[in-house]
Amino acid sequence: MHSNGGVLLKVEGIALAFGGVKALADVSFDIRKGEVRAIIGPNGAGKSSMLNVINGFYRPHAGSITYKGRTVRHMRPHQAAKAGIARTFQNIALFKGMTTLDNIMTGRLLKMRGNFLLDALYVGPARREETAHRAVVEQIIDFLEIQAIRKVPVGRLPYGLQKRVELGRALAAEPDLLLLDEPMAGMNFEEKEDMSRFILDVNEEFGTTIALIEHDMGVVMDISSRIVVLDYGRKIADGTPDEVRRDQAVIDAYLGVAHDGGKGA
Amino acid sequence: MLYREVGQFRTSYAADQAIFPIRQDRFGMLALLLVAYIAVPLMANEYWLSTIFVPFFVFSLAALGLNILTGYAGQLSLGTGGFMAVGAFTAYKLATAFPGLNIVLVFVAAGIVTALVGLLFGIPSLRIKGFYLAVATLAAQFFLIWLFVKVAWFQNYSPSGVITAPPRAVFGHFFVTGPEALPAYKYWFTLTFAAVLALAAKNMVRGATGRKWMAIRDMDIAAEIIGIRPLSTKLLAFAVSSFYIGIAGALWAFIYTASVEALAFDIDRSFQILFMIIIGGLGSILGSFLGAAFIILLPIFLNNLPDQLGLHVGVALVTNLQDIIYGALIVSFLIAEPNGLAALWRIGKEKLRLWPFPH
Repeated sequence: MHSNGGVLLKVEGIALAFGGVKALADVSFDIRKGEVRAIIGPNGAGKSSMLNVINGFYRPHAGSITYKGRTVRHMRPHQAAKAGIARTFQNIALFKGMTTLDNIMTGRLLKMRGNFLLDALYVGPARREETAHRAVVEQIIDFLEIQAIRKVPVGRLPYGLQKRVELGRALAAEPDLLLLDEPMAGMNFEEKEDMSRFILDVNEEFGTTIALIEHDMGVVMDISSRIVVLDYGRKIADGTPDEVRRDQAVIDAYLGVAHDGGKGA
Repeated sequence: MLYREVGQFRTSYAADQAIFPIRQDRFGMLALLLVAYIAVPLMANEYWLSTIFVPFFVFSLAALGLNILTGYAGQLSLGTGGFMAVGAFTAYKLATAFPGLNIVLVFVAAGIVTALVGLLFGIPSLRIKGFYLAVATLAAQFFLIWLFVKVAWFQNYSPSGVITAPPRAVFGHFFVTGPEALPAYKYWFTLTFAAVLALAAKNMVRGATGRKWMAIRDMDIAAEIIGIRPLSTKLLAFAVSSFYIGIAGALWAFIYTASVEALAFDIDRSFQILFMIIIGGLGSILGSFLGAAFIILLPIFLNNLPDQLGLHVGVALVTNLQDIIYGALIVSFLIAEPNGLAALWRIGKEKLRLWPFPH
């Protein structure tokens, strides 16, 4: 966690609605280079929507996104990918029919320069490129300790390993900003510890900035440098784990409070 | 020799990424090619060469093309027959307009034209998926056949609507079309197209191109997030697939039947090729060949079976029995292995690695 202070991404006044339902309203926060930034909040608070806005999956109705100094309303998903934003999904979105190796190799597609004709001939550049990228992918496989399942179709893997492969696929793109949507959902204590260690290692060894959504408060408080708290699409708190822990609005949002002006609470 | 990979250590990524990393597979493929190129033409008679092997290779190519689109890229298409017709009629127009043009170039050009037509009909795939896309490709099927039947220019104003392949030779005097063509030359010519294009397809699907296609097939949202552009990836699949199907259509019209009308490529043809890849195995190069073999060879085999067994049954009864047994076999194969013959083959190989131990 060596945040050097520079802002990598800044969202300002983001608003998003689906029909009459307001998913996000006037949300602003920033993510500094090299930090682990957590986004928390009760179910339906708009956390996943926020990630979808950042990597271009949803187009916000108002607000702006400033990434690496460039301000836009909306980036298309492949533009975000090119700009170095990678992500994992809450419900694993792996390519089920492909092996672990192929899934992670797919993560490197943007770095590959070949075309289908070179692939068809499998000569010179295509062969060299394939081997060079394979070497990088093998490092990621070593890093995530998934050597044994290299050639197994991911549809056959247990849940915890699939989550790990998905992290590997995101890492293969060598992202500057890694968005993790509930990387530890549905895991047992040991798997959570493993995943936390991988996230911290990615952050420290590769210097990757991380934004994560997570429900396990213990994990969030332990690994993140700063936390944004959303509730009903609005930002209700923003600060270090200690500040957020003591924030009255956050406690109210999580424990519930009577909505009658506070008198009944 | 047992099918074992014990003691075969792959010490570089390049060796691990080879097309046949296991030694037995390499020898097997080499042996298969030797048999196909030398033993079969020496031993098989004219009937086997021209009415069994040539159509088998032509259908395999068409199935390969559809498998690239449907099996690898996940885009369901019912326009295969129409695209075959594009290949056939383009080859005919080119061959008659430029008599000096080498027949191989004519076929490749026919493939390229079909690829462009496929590209055009692939555009709706950005918005529609699955069965709805299949219905959209039906439009291609009906429109293209209508075009080749109605517009006499495509048939060089032949009154019957039938196009007949002009005589053409490769390497100067080996005629592959026309009355002087020898069955063996036709066989080698078709086999070479099938072998070269199958190798190219295998290379594409195991490389970056294939990973893009399969990513779109398995999870298009995640593919987009990784930076894959859905439209260009799908269109590439349509183009490459149509290239294969176009060449298959040209081979059909020139080498297999020698003269053909547009209705030979109607919707039945599209379904026939779709069944081939479903029975052979979606997303498998080998499966395209196995499926073509199953659909082409089984009816011929069933047709000849009573005679071989010395049974004397009427022709009508044979035809009915053939349909019944054929249908029953398709159903039972699909129940035994929904992923097709290629999956059966793969499971067999995995079992063989451990044989005679069950685990």
